[in-house]
Amino acid sequence: MKNIQGWDADRALSRIQELERLPGALLPILHALQEEFGYVDKAAIPLVASALNLSHAEVHGVLSFYHDFHRAPGGRHVLKVCRAEACQSMGCEKMIRHVENRLGVKLGETTEDRSFTVEPVYCLGNCALSPAVMLDGKLYGRVSSDVADFLIDDAKRHA
Amino acid sequence: MSLKIFVPGDAAALSVGAEGVAKAIAEQIASRRLDASVIRNGSRGMFWLEPLVEVESPRGRIAYGPVTADEVPGLFDAGFLDGKPHRLHLGPTEEIPYLKKQERLTFARCGITDPLSLSDYVSHGGYRGLERALTLTPQAIVEEVTNSGLRGRGGAGFPTGIKWRTVLNTASDQKYIVCNADEGDSGTYADRMIMEGDPFVLIEGMTIAGFAVGATSGYIYIRSEYPHAFRQMQRAVAIAYDKGYLGENVAGSGKKFDLEPRMGAGAYICGEETSLLESLEGKRGQIRFKPPVPAIKGLFGQPTVVNNVISLATVPIILDKGAQYYRDFGMGKSRGTLTIQLAGNIKHGGLVEKAFGLTLREAIFDFGDGTASGRPVRAVQAGGPLGAYFPDSLLDTPLDYEAFAEKKGMLGHGGIVVFDDTVDLAHQARFAMEFCAVESCGKCTPCRVGSTRGVEVIDKIIANQDRVKNLELLGDLCEVLTDGSLCALGGLIPFPVQSAIRHFPEDFEKPAPSPPARATGHPQENQSWR
Repeated sequence: MKNIQGWDADRALSRIQELERLPGALLPILHALQEEFGYVDKAAIPLVASALNLSHAEVHGVLSFYHDFHRAPGGRHVLKVCRAEACQSMGCEKMIRHVENRLGVKLGETTEDRSFTVEPVYCLGNCALSPAVMLDGKLYGRVSSDVADFLIDDAKRHA
Repeated sequence: MSLKIFVPGDAAALSVGAEGVAKAIAEQIASRRLDASVIRNGSRGMFWLEPLVEVESPRGRIAYGPVTADEVPGLFDAGFLDGKPHRLHLGPTEEIPYLKKQERLTFARCGITDPLSLSDYVSHGGYRGLERALTLTPQAIVEEVTNSGLRGRGGAGFPTGIKWRTVLNTASDQKYIVCNADEGDSGTYADRMIMEGDPFVLIEGMTIAGFAVGATSGYIYIRSEYPHAFRQMQRAVAIAYDKGYLGENVAGSGKKFDLEPRMGAGAYICGEETSLLESLEGKRGQIRFKPPVPAIKGLFGQPTVVNNVISLATVPIILDKGAQYYRDFGMGKSRGTLTIQLAGNIKHGGLVEKAFGLTLREAIFDFGDGTASGRPVRAVQAGGPLGAYFPDSLLDTPLDYEAFAEKKGMLGHGGIVVFDDTVDLAHQARFAMEFCAVESCGKCTPCRVGSTRGVEVIDKIIANQDRVKNLELLGDLCEVLTDGSLCALGGLIPFPVQSAIRHFPEDFEKPAPSPPARATGHPQENQSWR
């Protein structure tokens, strides 16, 4: 579960400075900022641009290109559901519809109470135990609608 | 010596409860005051048996599975530490036919050793390849890899030795080895298994590659969907530095090789080598025009070897046992072994390492034992989301790069996804185009625009709007994608689409579903983009 804290320019700068000397540092920096804040605030763009001698547009371009980076805070729990072919062959679509109905969101959305963000992913590398989901970085296999319910209930209890 | 109990730490095993099983076993050891320890090995690759627990015995390792945490006390009561019978008893692991029938070269250690124990690695034949490489000239190492017949296991099947020779012969002060661990194809997990189950073999392979071409720096680009593999590689790299197998003086040779794992950020296209290099440089993962090929102008503009995990992890055994040993496996121009990954609707899903030449049918039925649902197999997609859908009549195709190409299919990274008779191939064709639209890097128009148009046209076909005309239009669109795309994503996405139409025409002839699927495009758009 993410420990979402507010944006803080000093903390952001210290994470940027840890990594700015790496060759090709932009992705590691964006990952670090997302880890720190749960998303990458737009206030980070000028800081990163200045540290790496890039334009704001270049940083924004990278931030918006990759599915992983979020530009707004998400839910406390992130449920990634695989909708690639191996999981389709084992009925993931039915399970995904169930999760969407249960939480009242579509893929890519966050619940109103900010408890869950549900994201589509294309393959978690667990294709012999389909359908697969990843909840807060933990992988699960053979996830039926019932198992998904159990995972959601369990996460809510520990929220 | 304390008795060893093996519980996999592989992400797939964890996904079905291995962590709880390991904890329960540790509790029993403590409460029963036993002299035993739990080793977190990689997976043996028999996923329907996970969590697969093994106990060391004079008869070799004895397997039990699939074990749940609740059953652990009962296993101890039944005497499983002495290999005694139990409902979950599977006998000696090596005698399980699924494993026994395999030819494990690249995966020789996976599931057997403690993945993070360098002494385990070395005592099971690790670093013998590097040891031999250090006695050879760079040219001789490249020659050995060329002669082995090893071809890129990422999917393209390009001869690894030829790539290395180009980098070796391109003069530069700085060269790089880049491992493509952006294993994004659905139905594949061999890269993940090796990184989690035998990470040092990848480090050794990359080090040998570095010495062969004169590169002193390497990166492993791992997709972010694999957080376990990423952490495992980070740990293994740290251990290798600590024990002198990476850094300024590798294994006392006086030669330098640095290695760093890097995490991707959720972009399928970064499995394409030039997009991957852009991403490593901190840019948008958009593909580059070729030529120049990365072997001449790659990472940061320098000569770069870009190889898949399995290709690089196979290098140590080739150097250790010699090119001839490796090339004696296989058929035709596909030499050595293929790491087949049985996936999807399959009863016995898992990793099967076998010489090239096994047929799809043998893989799916002799190893996989048919579908998980018990229904008939209707379609098989090999080679990931860009691979063709094969019907039953093509299941006797041997797993071989050329044999697949001949049937308008693609072997790719060796993933085989099985579908039963409930599959709707029109739906699958639509998904292929949708996937391409989501993952297109946007650089070239056929892929960026064509994929979205493809979804719209297939929606119309499904809705029975001008079906004949729209099927023709889809054919034209696929031709444009094949001929006009810059890379394999747009260039190959017609494979699943056209194979679905060719082999399963009946799925495109059904009456429109009710309520009719809503076509998203405007009718006049048809003419405008043609």
